[in-house]
Amino acid sequence: MPERTCRIAIIGAGPAGMAAAVSAVEAGAENVLVIDDNPRPGGQIWRGETDDATAREWMQKFEPCGAALLGQTRIVAAPQPGVLLAENGAKTLTIRYEKLILATGASERFLPFPGWTRPNVMGAGGLQTLAKGGLPLEGKRVVVAGSGPLLLAVADEMWHMGARIKCIAEQAAPNAVMRLGLRLLGSPGKLAQAVQLKLRLFGVPYRMGWHPLQVDGADGTSGDDSDAPVASVTLTNGAAKRIQIPCDYLACAFHLTPRLELAHLLGCDTEWIERQCQRRTTVDAWQRSSVEGVYCAGESTGVGGVDAALIEGRIAGYAATGAQDRARPLLKQRDAWRRFADAMNETFAPRPELRMLPEPRTIICRCEDVRYEQVVAKESWRAAKLHTRHGMGACQGRICGGAAEFLFDWSARSSRPPVCPTRMKTLAERPSADQKGD
Amino acid sequence: MKRAYDILIAGGGIVGAACADELARRGADVCVVEAECAGSGATAAGMGHVVVMDDSEAQFALNHCSQQLWNELREALPENCEFDGCGTLWAAADEEEMNEARRKADHYAARGVAAEILDSAALAEAEPNLRPGLAGALFVPGDSVVFAPCVAKWLLDRAMENGATLITGKRIVELRSDGAVLNDGSIISAKRMVNAAGSLAPQLTPGIPVRPRKGHIVVTDRYPGFVRHHITELGYLKNAHASDRDSVSFVVQRRMTGQVLLGSSRQFDVTDAAIEPGILARMIQRALEYMPGLGQLNTIRCWAGFRAATPDNLPLIGPHPTRENLWLATGHEGLGITMAPGTGRLLADLMLDGEALIDPAPYLPARFANSEARHG
Ligand SMILES: Cc1cc2nc3c(=O)[nH]c(=O)nc-3n(C[C@H](O)[C@H](O)[C@H](O)COP(=O)(O)OP(=O)(O)OC[C@H]3O[C@@H](n4cnc5c(N)ncnc54)[C@H](O)[C@@H]3O)c2cc1C
Ligand SMILES: Cc1cc2nc3c(=O)[nH]c(=O)nc-3n(C[C@H](O)[C@H](O)[C@H](O)COP(=O)(O)OP(=O)(O)OC[C@H]3O[C@@H](n4cnc5c(N)ncnc54)[C@H](O)[C@@H]3O)c2cc1C
Repeated sequence: MPERTCRIAIIGAGPAGMAAAVSAVEAGAENVLVIDDNPRPGGQIWRGETDDATAREWMQKFEPCGAALLGQTRIVAAPQPGVLLAENGAKTLTIRYEKLILATGASERFLPFPGWTRPNVMGAGGLQTLAKGGLPLEGKRVVVAGSGPLLLAVADEMWHMGARIKCIAEQAAPNAVMRLGLRLLGSPGKLAQAVQLKLRLFGVPYRMGWHPLQVDGADGTSGDDSDAPVASVTLTNGAAKRIQIPCDYLACAFHLTPRLELAHLLGCDTEWIERQCQRRTTVDAWQRSSVEGVYCAGESTGVGGVDAALIEGRIAGYAATGAQDRARPLLKQRDAWRRFADAMNETFAPRPELRMLPEPRTIICRCEDVRYEQVVAKESWRAAKLHTRHGMGACQGRICGGAAEFLFDWSARSSRPPVCPTRMKTLAERPSADQKGD
Repeated sequence: MKRAYDILIAGGGIVGAACADELARRGADVCVVEAECAGSGATAAGMGHVVVMDDSEAQFALNHCSQQLWNELREALPENCEFDGCGTLWAAADEEEMNEARRKADHYAARGVAAEILDSAALAEAEPNLRPGLAGALFVPGDSVVFAPCVAKWLLDRAMENGATLITGKRIVELRSDGAVLNDGSIISAKRMVNAAGSLAPQLTPGIPVRPRKGHIVVTDRYPGFVRHHITELGYLKNAHASDRDSVSFVVQRRMTGQVLLGSSRQFDVTDAAIEPGILARMIQRALEYMPGLGQLNTIRCWAGFRAATPDNLPLIGPHPTRENLWLATGHEGLGITMAPGTGRLLADLMLDGEALIDPAPYLPARFANSEARHG
């Protein structure tokens, strides 16, 4: 089996991973390897992007910096300390490292409500990705719903692609969003960007305190009654008010949650932040996790946006190279971004009412078609798994686990390999060193 | 709050569940205390193969009667128990193993168990994804596969319909002669206790000859038709049962979900349930020798669990030789799912003074009474 040995392995070539690589090399690290399951660097936000100034700046720093990029490569297991197992197309390879930086980003959180599994109801980022990949949105009526700044970014992008954005429904209460906005007015970057976006989307209603209640189908059925594609979505503001908006697509995500599968597999401590309804990796001032030699940066330490990801990546890159002196001047700024991130995550944490959205027949585990009524009375995630197959399918809770955590207060953590579906052959590989062992 | 139950069962795995079901059905006032949730111990880790084995007459007797009880349950089991009467193929790699297949066939035939020898071509037709050139197989059509956690849950539900009480999420910290102390400090009083805590049974009853024996399992995404039976290599007997050393063998089965379940490994003296990549790799390598196409299937999860092994490979069913009011129902090693219904029946026979369905002597814990010090 092919092997790669490096001094610093960085998983994820998003803003955090790129910044970590650039900083590590700058501080003198040799043999830095960045691994990402996509062919190109950039992560969720900058993949294929060229017209954003910060993106361009970091791409220009990253590409010539001397760190090697191993694209289209997925880390699937961590068979022993210092060793990762990866799949690259049909190939399997072992990666040996001295230091590891996890920059694995976040994914969208989906919360179930009647009809949410119908065709053309998608993740906000998911629809954005499909559109970038060629799905024509010209003239299509799109409702964007859920929570977080992602909704604005996605709506903006789809609007530029010719979609008719009928409405953006933000579940967070208007005063909470306003407070966050005020807090941001003084600071550069993120909010200014969000506000600008909103202005550009002028004419598109941005309804704060509103959330989807139910999706109805083109065949006249409502909620969970059929699999017909979405024809309209009913939104509510919690009070008696409801509006029904016809649409071709519903793009829906309730903010983001850190991707922690690898952190858990490696044994890094994570913490549940109740007010943010979010689990994140625990790190110290130098972005060190609880596991010796393993650092975390970017969304995996708590959703924080690009600027937080960049600065954490830089600190992790320096610290992993032993250049704490270079990192020190960045700590204050990082802490400021973190405080902002905390405020943002509190603002966009799903409101408790959303727990009431599923009806008995609402599917909550898409892989295994498990319905709300089957699991609501279970005592734990494990009981739900064992007795209903909830979370036992191909996603292994990566998709439904976040919802289960919110709806039922279940911890859906798993530290079993593989972190994603992996060819069995890959798991038959053993790093050469221990091959003679038994 | 009631004063005392007739019988308190420690553990809601498939064995505890089967005991509760049987005892409650016969009118005993039963309480089951389960630390996690129904069927979450070895019962959740096992492959759920309901198989007649012939390592010894005593093993066969309990297996065989259990299998008959399984067949009686079959109609009543809900769909989520995934009962699949797919039969077992004992795959023989060479002539030596083929001889073993023939011996087994005769042995089964003499005891009324249907079994059929397949030659190399017939095996290839029965399981096209096996490597060509295997010598043949023994096909045992009466064996089946179940999803044991749901069976345990269903048995406990049925026990509750018959008046039993189930407490989940609480651990017993001490089993006394008049009840049990739970981890929240509460006390459940009972006239008699049954230790059905699987591989953890010695924590509650120190000194019983039960050792945890770890096993790894791999499950794939859905590939309906890739495997058509439960297949076990005949080398299994030489490999895994024979010694105390770590061993792996090729065991694969189809699930009603279309998934493929792959086993298995055996290790003593490990208590950490973490996946061990080295042994996992060996196990998969062994499987690839038999079924190379498995290598391309997507694995979605691996896990490990603990069998409760005894020195003579037979379970402990019956009164504790010295401790008052204490009964045991554990030590089923790799056959506890198969043997659960028979165990429930036998234990109820013994506890409620009925007539025993089969001779209980080989399973009585008293057989180790003299060697206890050694295992203690
Ligand atoms: C769906 C989605 C859409 C978004 N859209 C926007 C937007 O339009 N505008 C905006 O401002 N922000 C957006 N964000 C937020 C933005 O992605 C983050 O703020 C920022 O990119 C975080 O950077 P990061 O480096 O921490 O993570 P990411 O940019 O997410 O990078 C993590 C990288 O790690 C890779 N990875 C993870 N696990 C493995 C593994 N096991 N093996 C190999 N590679 C792995 C991932 O594929 C990814 O490329 C979006 C986020 C998501 C999830
Ligand atoms: C990898 C593997 C593959 C297997 N394959 C098969 C197979 O194909 N066919 C087959 O027949 N058998 C198989 N087995 C064996 C089978 O799984 C076990 O024999 C069977 O599940 C034992 O059931 P049990 O109820 O005795 O134990 P368990 O299922 O372990 O149940 C014991 C229960 O007691 C609870 N408990 C423990 N301590 C306490 C306490 N102090 N207080 C309260 N509750 C407590 C536990 O939480 C647990 O739920 C396999 C086992 C393994 C590990």
